[in-house]
Amino acid sequence: MKMEKAILAVITLNKEKIDGGAPIFLCDTQEEMEKVAANLEAILDGISHALSDQLYIIVKH
Amino acid sequence: MNEYTYPILFGVVVGTMARLVMLRTDYRQYPTYLHGKVIHISLGFIAASLGTVAVPAIMEKEFTAVTFLTIAASQFREVRNMERNTLTELDAYELVPRGNTYIEGIAVAFEGRNYLVIFTSFIATLTYLVWNVWIAILASLVCYLIIRKFMSGATLKKLVDIEHHELHFEGAGLYVDNIYIMNIGLPKRQEEILKYGMGFILTPKNFNVRSTIANLGQRQAILHDASVSLGVFRDSGTPALVPLIKRDLDDGRIGVFILPQDKDIDKAKRIIGAVPVLENAIRMPSESKANKKGDDNE
Repeated sequence: MKMEKAILAVITLNKEKIDGGAPIFLCDTQEEMEKVAANLEAILDGISHALSDQLYIIVKH
Repeated sequence: MNEYTYPILFGVVVGTMARLVMLRTDYRQYPTYLHGKVIHISLGFIAASLGTVAVPAIMEKEFTAVTFLTIAASQFREVRNMERNTLTELDAYELVPRGNTYIEGIAVAFEGRNYLVIFTSFIATLTYLVWNVWIAILASLVCYLIIRKFMSGATLKKLVDIEHHELHFEGAGLYVDNIYIMNIGLPKRQEEILKYGMGFILTPKNFNVRSTIANLGQRQAILHDASVSLGVFRDSGTPALVPLIKRDLDDGRIGVFILPQDKDIDKAKRIIGAVPVLENAIRMPSESKANKKGDDNE
């Protein structure tokens, strides 16, 4: 089976809400989270999507 | 030299010229310079010869000779494969790919044009032999006119109304008018998109058009053509900056989001309007019998 989309990484401020398979990056501030997300986006060649203010995911399309 | 020399010469020249007329390098940049052209002119010459020689063959009662036209047919099917393969290979390295539907359309056009050349040569030689050179010239001119008409298919501006709309974000969602395009997380990316992006709404003029512009291949063709003509603000490694088209399920309008380097609204409208309607995307639901009868009792 060919995977069309996959969550490559999760970046969050709120550890309690996260569990499971993808690598999780914990951040302390909003700025830090955006920086990490921007870097990961470039490195992983995926798009960072915001699920909420405290939760970004990097998705490979 | 015999009685057929000049008619054959005439037919071949007319046919090859017909191929030249149909071989334009335009914004699609295809075929590219010289080498690509040489291939197609040579094939056009072969097609012209085949069409021409068929006439004397029939006149000499060599009917079996006509079977070589079938060889021509398989030969030109090969042209279609060749074009398809080349373009598919190249498509992987385009910033905004053409898409398979567009490629197939181009490949079919290349095959079809060779058959047009055969017909042109056939008619030119036939009229030359039956009547004289002047009538043959006249017939060739008529053929050219018909070819020109065949060549230019419909463009999008006949099917849709194009309107410019500003892009806006609701939370992380990017919208053109009320059509949701995608989710962009990073505020920095959002700024870039608002700065460089442009949004257009294409409203279908009738019911048939709805399914035509909903075709994913047709949508990709719009994005490709717009990106070729206006430039594209994108690079490998920036997957968030991707031109997209999404559809409004309620009324069949489509929202076009592009990232042009040249932000000229009128030009962009003209370019979107000039996108060819792909043969393979055309749907005619109004032609179906179920739609025409209008009652279920029959």
